[in-house]
Amino acid sequence: MGEILIALIKVVFIWVWVLLCAVVMTWVERRGAAMIQDRPGPNRAGPFGLLQPLADGIKLFTKEDIVPAKAKKILFMLGPLLFSFPAFSTFAVVPFGDKFVIDGKEILLQVSNVNIGFLYIVALGSMAVYGIILGGWASNNKYSILGGLRSTAQLVSYEVPWGLALLAIALVYGTFSLRDIALAQSGTFLGVLPNWGVFKQPLGFILFMVAAYAEANRVPFDLPEAESEIVSGYHTEYGSMRLGLYLFGEYVNIVTLSSLITTFYFGAWHLPYIDMSAFLGPISYGIASFIVFFLKVAFFLWLFVWVRWTVPRFRYDQVMTLGWRELIPLGLFNIFVTALVIQLTA
Amino acid sequence: MHNSELSESFDEMTSGHSTGDYVKINIGPSHPAMHGTLRVVALTDGESIVSADPEIGYLHRGVEKLGENLNYTQFIPVTDRLNYCSAICNNVSYEMAVEKLMGIEVPEKAQLVRIIMMELARIADHEVLVGILGVDLGAFTPFFYLIIQREEIYEIFEWYNGARLTNTFGRIGGLVADLPSDFETRWQKLRDGIRNANDETDKLLTHNRIWTDRTIGVAAFSPKDALDWGFTGPCLRACGVKRDLRKDEPYSLYSRFDFDVPVGKHGDVFDRYMIRMEEMEESIKIIDQAFKMYKEMPADAPLIAKVPKTIKPPAGDVYHAIEAPNGELGFFIRSDGSDKPYRLKIRPPCYMVYQAFGEMVKGEMIADMIACLSSLNVIAGELDR
Amino acid sequence: MSQQTLVSACLGDMVVSISEFVGDLTVEVSKNKIIHALEKLKSDPSLQFDFLSDVVGIDNLGLHAKKAKAPKKDEPQQEAAPDAGATLPRFEVVYLLLSLSSNKRLRVRVAVPEDDCVVESVTGLWRAANWPEREIYDMFGIRFKGHPDLRRLLMWDEFKDHPLRKDYPLEGKNEERILNYLD
Repeated sequence: MGEILIALIKVVFIWVWVLLCAVVMTWVERRGAAMIQDRPGPNRAGPFGLLQPLADGIKLFTKEDIVPAKAKKILFMLGPLLFSFPAFSTFAVVPFGDKFVIDGKEILLQVSNVNIGFLYIVALGSMAVYGIILGGWASNNKYSILGGLRSTAQLVSYEVPWGLALLAIALVYGTFSLRDIALAQSGTFLGVLPNWGVFKQPLGFILFMVAAYAEANRVPFDLPEAESEIVSGYHTEYGSMRLGLYLFGEYVNIVTLSSLITTFYFGAWHLPYIDMSAFLGPISYGIASFIVFFLKVAFFLWLFVWVRWTVPRFRYDQVMTLGWRELIPLGLFNIFVTALVIQLTA
Repeated sequence: MHNSELSESFDEMTSGHSTGDYVKINIGPSHPAMHGTLRVVALTDGESIVSADPEIGYLHRGVEKLGENLNYTQFIPVTDRLNYCSAICNNVSYEMAVEKLMGIEVPEKAQLVRIIMMELARIADHEVLVGILGVDLGAFTPFFYLIIQREEIYEIFEWYNGARLTNTFGRIGGLVADLPSDFETRWQKLRDGIRNANDETDKLLTHNRIWTDRTIGVAAFSPKDALDWGFTGPCLRACGVKRDLRKDEPYSLYSRFDFDVPVGKHGDVFDRYMIRMEEMEESIKIIDQAFKMYKEMPADAPLIAKVPKTIKPPAGDVYHAIEAPNGELGFFIRSDGSDKPYRLKIRPPCYMVYQAFGEMVKGEMIADMIACLSSLNVIAGELDR
Repeated sequence: MSQQTLVSACLGDMVVSISEFVGDLTVEVSKNKIIHALEKLKSDPSLQFDFLSDVVGIDNLGLHAKKAKAPKKDEPQQEAAPDAGATLPRFEVVYLLLSLSSNKRLRVRVAVPEDDCVVESVTGLWRAANWPEREIYDMFGIRFKGHPDLRRLLMWDEFKDHPLRKDYPLEGKNEERILNYLD
């Protein structure tokens, strides 16, 4: 009973937390863009416009829900759900902190510490494409179909370098469990560097990062919804909260991807050179690890915003060329080198 | 109109049987990248364009017919609505055509003020183009840097004659008002702002690998084709033809200024972008020189020539063209001796450029088509008239 | 040699009239020789009018009526019927040429009678003439023989009239109302 209750609390907590992050992200995105672009940005609703996401939410909920006459109704409604579901579910295996110790009982800050966390992530990552292609297909709009096709090709292509980068990580740490990987990143290696994935897998990190941007459909890979080319891509025909789910799902996706980058490459909740558990109490340590983890995530979230407002967009064929002719060979090379080094040093 | 075309059935659209193996996509007249109300009917093979047919006329307001029914002075505000990004150039171009018809010699001081204002309008126009080109290629930020400077230029216009966009600048025969006294301080501040914004844009775009990949070699046009299609202005210069009416047929006082005409090489989107960036700098140079000459003028120098109260030019035809930001902007006027033009034909620069659009984008991808369209700076106002 | 003599030497007997007004040279050639004349002007080594700037259509209906009216100023008005000038060709097409090498401009005029509203298309010489000719067809109803794609350009396809003709009223003929009924 107690186990289930704790699991339930964890699920609800992380769900609310990720939602909150995504909500704040919509605000950060707009204010960040405004900051980069020399303009004030939304500043009317609440202090610093902080209530803007709330206002947006109310607006989206109260809009008329329009389904185009010739759309495939069921698929049309399924699209946004399928899109946002995997984004939330991925968080089930992400460790968002180390652990609490209450009455000698360990509570891991992770919904579920499955030993095949990797496969789960990759599988769910591929799920998101269904939401997009269904939305694009069912809308009965040529721009939507183009957006859906672009997205499918892009997501399928970038799954591969993504997976290859993950595979190299698995080789380095010898495990498929995300918590074990996080734990393995404490301390230092070669005497000076923190024992973080980014130092052991610099090439893998770059591959993962690029692929993550492509997976999130963010600039420079925002082709599926390239506004100036195909109006809004797969969500052209969507309105009201269905559109909201797509837009919101994108931010949840970003939060998830930033958490994965932090977990795999930036030492999860570990601070460099400092062992927090040595001088903090069991509960304060749990809280501190959570905060450290999300500070790192916040940095990557900001990076997503920063990149978006800095670079132009790729063209479709350039995205494909980059994926298949550059990232995938690099990913294979990375695995080969990693395996070689592990073999030689073992 | 064309309702039957817009609502193709789902099956027809997805099976691809309607137009062979190709899918017909209707882009515009309301589409985020179709600035103004342009429309392109494109036949696509996946993402590549097999053929594109630009359709125009969605902003046709019968400006030429209006011109035949308004008297010469009343037509000046209508010219504002041609290329609304640089209304002052339209005004002056029309006024100069009428002045040529009547043989009016405009006082030098008025000409200098006109040149200063026209070059400011040119900078504003180019800034909009570069900004929009960035937005269409996904780089949103430079747009704001440039649009802030354009806004500063519009402040100067507003402070000169009360209007930002549709300026209705000047009169036939000269000007009504002199430059206000604090133009110099304003201009110095503005000049720094423009240079700063251009630098920022340059840093963000010109050497950006994604930007160069997206623009270099895209929608390239050979000089021979460009001349055959009647290109003028930056689009022609991007192809490598050094032709600028300010140098080749110097009107007004342009022969007195020292400035360069930037020329491209490949006629692609990148060259068109670079030409605009460089031309802004040249315009700054012209304004500096013109303002220096202006300051040497006596304060009470006349601003307007002696013009009769009702303008009734002698009967005859006249054509006068100036180098507008987009290219050769000409007015053909046939006068029958009355106070209204008998026939007034406008030669809009982007009209000639846009008619080659279908050929330019053949074989390119949809994204390139958008880039190409933005780089041509097609303004629906002067295209459809 | 002045530009005027050069042009008349180049065109020979194709010239109907040649005149200069406020520095602009205008030459009128006969309608059936227009392609030949423009070709000659384009290729002539001393002229090289190799750039087509624009093509302008003009409806001279009102102008002719006025001309016919002018000499009878002291006579009663009812004599000046609007079709008094009908014997003169109603339309006119003007080609604005430019020489890129010498920066000289030339206008070539062609008179087009109303009962024979067809002109040879110059799209074979300059593709730039494509849209201007379509526009003249749209606005004046002058047809261009040999034009690759002679459709309406600015007005919609169902539109019947030619709005820049002088007998078309400024306020239109209520086409918008008709269009709304179609929907």
